[in-house]
Amino acid sequence: MNYAASPVLALHLPLWRSRMLLVLIASGFLVLAGRAVYLQGLNNDFLQQKGQSRYSRVLDISANRGKITDRHGEALAISTPVKSVWAIPEELQYSTQQRTNLAALLEIPPRELDKRLNDASGFVYLKRQIPPEVAQRVSELRISGLFQNREYRRYYPGGEVMAQVLGFTGADDAGQEGIELAYQSTLAGKSGSRRVIKDRLGQIVEDTESIREAQNGQDLALALDSRVQNLAFSQLKLAVDKAKAKAGAIVVLDAKTGEVLALANLPTYNPNNRSRLSGAQLRNRAITDTFEPGSTLKPFTVAVAIEQGKVTPGSVIGTASGSFSIGRATIHDAHHFGNMTVAQVIQRSSNVGAAKIALGLPAEAMWNMFDQVGFGSAPRLGFPGEAGGRLRAYERWRPIEQATMAYGHGISVSLLQLARAYTIFAHDGELMPLSLLRVDAPPAGKRVISVATARKLRDMLEMAVQPDGTAPRARVMGYRVAGKTGTAHKEENGTYAQHKYVSSFVGLAPASDPRLVIAVMLDEPSAGQGQYYGGVVAAPVFSAVMGGALRMLGVPPDTPLKPLELPPEGSEIKESV
Amino acid sequence: MLLTACALGLVTSQHKARKLFSALEREQEHAKQLDVEWGQLQLEQSTWAMHARVEKIARSRLHMRVPDAQHTQVVVRAAAEAAR
Repeated sequence: MNYAASPVLALHLPLWRSRMLLVLIASGFLVLAGRAVYLQGLNNDFLQQKGQSRYSRVLDISANRGKITDRHGEALAISTPVKSVWAIPEELQYSTQQRTNLAALLEIPPRELDKRLNDASGFVYLKRQIPPEVAQRVSELRISGLFQNREYRRYYPGGEVMAQVLGFTGADDAGQEGIELAYQSTLAGKSGSRRVIKDRLGQIVEDTESIREAQNGQDLALALDSRVQNLAFSQLKLAVDKAKAKAGAIVVLDAKTGEVLALANLPTYNPNNRSRLSGAQLRNRAITDTFEPGSTLKPFTVAVAIEQGKVTPGSVIGTASGSFSIGRATIHDAHHFGNMTVAQVIQRSSNVGAAKIALGLPAEAMWNMFDQVGFGSAPRLGFPGEAGGRLRAYERWRPIEQATMAYGHGISVSLLQLARAYTIFAHDGELMPLSLLRVDAPPAGKRVISVATARKLRDMLEMAVQPDGTAPRARVMGYRVAGKTGTAHKEENGTYAQHKYVSSFVGLAPASDPRLVIAVMLDEPSAGQGQYYGGVVAAPVFSAVMGGALRMLGVPPDTPLKPLELPPEGSEIKESV
Repeated sequence: MLLTACALGLVTSQHKARKLFSALEREQEHAKQLDVEWGQLQLEQSTWAMHARVEKIARSRLHMRVPDAQHTQVVVRAAAEAAR
């Protein structure tokens, strides 16, 4: 039987069915093509980005903050990475055992931990800046909702000895005080970032681009010599304790280069543990505080007089009665010596003598001298908060003011300015620019007085530390020392406080070829009657530090090693206050 | 055929490159860690070698003291060289 030929079975398909099928299939392809265009053309960027975010990551490259070292490369401040532990309280899940362990690791009482977590919402630091080993053990507890991030913490091995010079950094590793603040841009590193491809296991398999190079901060070599600094600090501390002074400061300068070899202040603080800090501890008095220097300014007055040709070291000044009236004011001397030479005025620190010399000088010449040695203007070390002190314009000086300025009243300076000013005597008449950073070649000084005048002044200052001067306690065995004491009433609320003093001593050694200038200042020494003179409280500090520092620096002695004879207690010449 | 071989070669070399790179990355991480450790050791060294601490130990435990000037002899360099 031939079915195919059977007319009953003949197919009569309507044409529209095949057409319809064609249209359906074609439109199916069209939809696909449309989708392809949509994804690959119109939406391409978005999808590419999404894809990339699955495998590519931008990583931050952290940068270290630079080290601070002393002049010999000994580390004074180093940053080291630490971890901070933080939590999202809502997501935090832990067992009681885990909680106990966590509290123990973080050294927080469990109750305190709960309180912190309950009080905050969203984000709470549990403990900042913990050592990496502890952080490792915390992460081994595998508590969900607990996270860590990396921070830097700065350590100061020197501690309180040079706290005010170095300053410190805040939690975000930015300088907040001292050198850390002054040289923030040099020390701070710039963190960079780069784009990488990570595989399924989180390993980096390809570096696609470096967006920003990380730049580590530069190391900074200070001019400080940590041995001298340590000596200066410990001697100052002894003296401040002994004299029951409120505060004290010391500056050691290299007279040849103008470098600050040591700079210490009391009271001080431990920069590694700053939980209880007061403003008094933070202040770098030697740089930011000014005081009326008193007699330490007399050598400058005499230097002007010699430069002007008004006097020679041997000229005789009549101070017969020990007092001298200008208008209604009277200047007193503590002792009456009758007629004195100019050199003796310095040696015995006579106010009347200095005032009489000053009144023979034009006010402008005196002002010029004070201005040129840097009084009245900040020393521009780049240190935050440098004080300039007060030096009034000479056009408005009254005679009494000119006379008192001759012995350092009515003018205010910082200890650093005072030490720097003395470089004109130490460096043969040239004022040296100061530097807190190590300098490789000595900078050029600025000539203020002639070589001859500087040497004459040095001889006079050397007389002041002899047994018949005001500061025999400043002498150092084996070295010739030159220096000047200062004792001044403290200014309080516009008048001079009766029993509050600022005692100071500034000197240089070896006198034959000065290498160091040291300035010491004690604020309100109050150990008892007579225990406030610069020659009694400040000069011994100078002597101890100068002797030790010269030996450390290997400076050859310039005088035979003979034991020093000190005058009996209380019998030395007191300077006039 | 050739094309397939080339494609497979590319895949292999890419894989090798990635493996080497991740090794390099690990070593760099290690170097960084050592750097950190060096910083910590420096810190430790300067803490132990603090002048105040050394001086205290020298004075109290070892009973050392600074020789005073009478017990110090200074040798001037020129004189020392002349004597040689």
